[in-house]
Amino acid sequence: MENQFETVLTANPNTFRETCRQVKAYRDLILLFVRRDFVLTYKQTVLGPIWLLIKPFMTSVVFAFIFGGIAGISTDGTPQLLFYMAGNMLWACFSTTLTGASNTFITNSAIFSKVYFPRLTMPVAQMLISIINFFIQCAMYLIMIVYYKLTGADIMFTKYAFLIPVVLVQVSVLGLSIGIMVSSLTTKYRDLSIVVTFALQLWMYLTPIVYPLSMTSGVMRACLLVNPMTMPVEIMRLGTLGQGTFNLPSFLGAIAFSVLFFAAGIRMFTKVERNFVDTI
Amino acid sequence: MSGKPVVIEIRGLKKEYRLGQINNGTLQADLQSWLARIHHREDPNSIVGKNIRIGNGRIMALNGIDLDIRQGDRLGIIGSNGAGKSTLLKLLAHVTSPSAGTIRYNGRISSMLEVGTGFNGEMTGRENIYLNGAILGMNRSEIDGKIKDIISFSECGDFIDTPVKRYSSGMYVKLAFSVASHLDSDIMIMDEVLAVGDMNFQAKCLGRMRRLATEEGKTILYVSHNMATIRQLCNRCIVIREGALVFDGDVENAIAAYIESDEMNETRYKLDDTERWHDPEGAKLLSLEFPDKQASFFDAGEKMRLAIRWQATEPIASIFLRMDIKYMDMSQVGVTIAPLGSAKEGETHVSLLEFDCTNIAEGKYFFTVALNPVNTRTMNASYDDLKQKIYFEVGKQCQTDKDWNHGNLGHFLPPDTRLLRDRIVEA
Repeated sequence: MENQFETVLTANPNTFRETCRQVKAYRDLILLFVRRDFVLTYKQTVLGPIWLLIKPFMTSVVFAFIFGGIAGISTDGTPQLLFYMAGNMLWACFSTTLTGASNTFITNSAIFSKVYFPRLTMPVAQMLISIINFFIQCAMYLIMIVYYKLTGADIMFTKYAFLIPVVLVQVSVLGLSIGIMVSSLTTKYRDLSIVVTFALQLWMYLTPIVYPLSMTSGVMRACLLVNPMTMPVEIMRLGTLGQGTFNLPSFLGAIAFSVLFFAAGIRMFTKVERNFVDTI
Repeated sequence: MSGKPVVIEIRGLKKEYRLGQINNGTLQADLQSWLARIHHREDPNSIVGKNIRIGNGRIMALNGIDLDIRQGDRLGIIGSNGAGKSTLLKLLAHVTSPSAGTIRYNGRISSMLEVGTGFNGEMTGRENIYLNGAILGMNRSEIDGKIKDIISFSECGDFIDTPVKRYSSGMYVKLAFSVASHLDSDIMIMDEVLAVGDMNFQAKCLGRMRRLATEEGKTILYVSHNMATIRQLCNRCIVIREGALVFDGDVENAIAAYIESDEMNETRYKLDDTERWHDPEGAKLLSLEFPDKQASFFDAGEKMRLAIRWQATEPIASIFLRMDIKYMDMSQVGVTIAPLGSAKEGETHVSLLEFDCTNIAEGKYFFTVALNPVNTRTMNASYDDLKQKIYFEVGKQCQTDKDWNHGNLGHFLPPDTRLLRDRIVEA
């Protein structure tokens, strides 16, 4: 008699496997969320998706002006614009995933309290959106590389370019994991969503985005190597511009860190998603 | 009915809520509460709830429900506010999880706790159908196969590629309901979804629900305060009171059991500080009683007498008491009005009134009272308008009437028709 039923709801949280199975079953929904986001972001705008390209480009120009021009920070001999673009694109992918995921419960509380679908679909959709944006920006980045190459800049692709897909996955998973951990905690402490914005800003300056890792040394360098975002940014530059530092322990550490956070994040998320409707 | 397989099995289902706030949502407020605790002061952030199932700051919204629901059941769920109906549906819909006990089911449950959930104003009707369908658990190919039916059922065909923010609220609801009712799910949960839409569309929806259950073997769980739609749709009904299942059986008996549960023996109501629709302006009702009665029961032929105490806080040229009478299932019986004369500022009056309730059918009723400046039964600006329900029961008016069914026969007994003339025209 016991196993004649297909679905059983109890007081216990879903297992990791069950969570994955459900997210997979709802993949059409994830794609629709992604589509909805694109439709909504650019509806009734003049430039539409071009904004996707303008944002990192303008940030890079500003960086080039302040950090490269006024502060005179080295860019390892690569064109400043490309140097900052590489870091900005990857960082944007990470930070938008994280911020988006961290607001999962709060922004969707109305819909979550009325109908059930795997809650993880929302942050996963956010992650996909960030990845797609990254690819679109990559296209512009490649065009810029070609332009600089033709004008004789000293840049080249290296074998590390093959690591970029791995890096992209690692960065996205890291952003997702921290995001869902934060979102699980924001059901209790709303202040966290403010902290996130602030902390992300600090983190960005602790990541070699406006300066190269090669510029640092001693304790500073050790700290940067612990940061799981350092290697991704460096690999991105090393692969596409030929300048950067690769440190295997730091890279493996970043991957291990992401996997660990992923497991912990999913665990927290599945625990909170059961009853958060009662408390939000 | 009992031959069909059980599709939902609920065992020992409990849901506990903590009263007040779980925590205060900000670290600062948490610290405040903590400081207050160690200084033995009252917590500035606590919210006091009131309910008899409280213990240790917890409330059992559902307190051990066992229920088997069979395939094709159209189960109505009734109970007063706060009884736990919605909690049960939320648990079944998987929106929140039980504190103890299990729910086992076969097939897909889809909930329509509120139609149009996830609709986005900027997107077109068609885009919303896909998104809403996916949220409710359909995949793309399923929706592709049904989109024609959905659009035609919604009666919104001409506007389907227009953003829904430009829809009228009626169209919006129709579209949302169409999506929800075309789900290929085996079990459908509805919470008062039919309260919206025009009459024709409501009838169409109820019809579709009933057809889904009888012809396609779907199971329907329906919560409503509207006994008329429960009667139309359901073939089985449960009554929930204070988190427990108190009745399970056919619809008429369930409605009777639900009605039974309210207080009938009150004969005095203190009204000076009960809930009101607005603050009294000019005049205020202080109390109401059924004088010389032990219970508010009125036997055949007995007229209802009531005494009200009211106070004028400004000069009043004319004042009327309006009584809005409803049957216990909330269906309307009628409105009666009584002139109370006039009053000078500061006066308190006691008015004795008589209402002829002999043409009200046997059963349990309640009315609400308001003080109006004009002699009209329709809604009007009022001096005072109370939410308090005043209960009364009317006995059997005619001994030959048996088992008065309010659903079929109504609540009102029009006066007997008089025979004017009778002659034999053919023999």
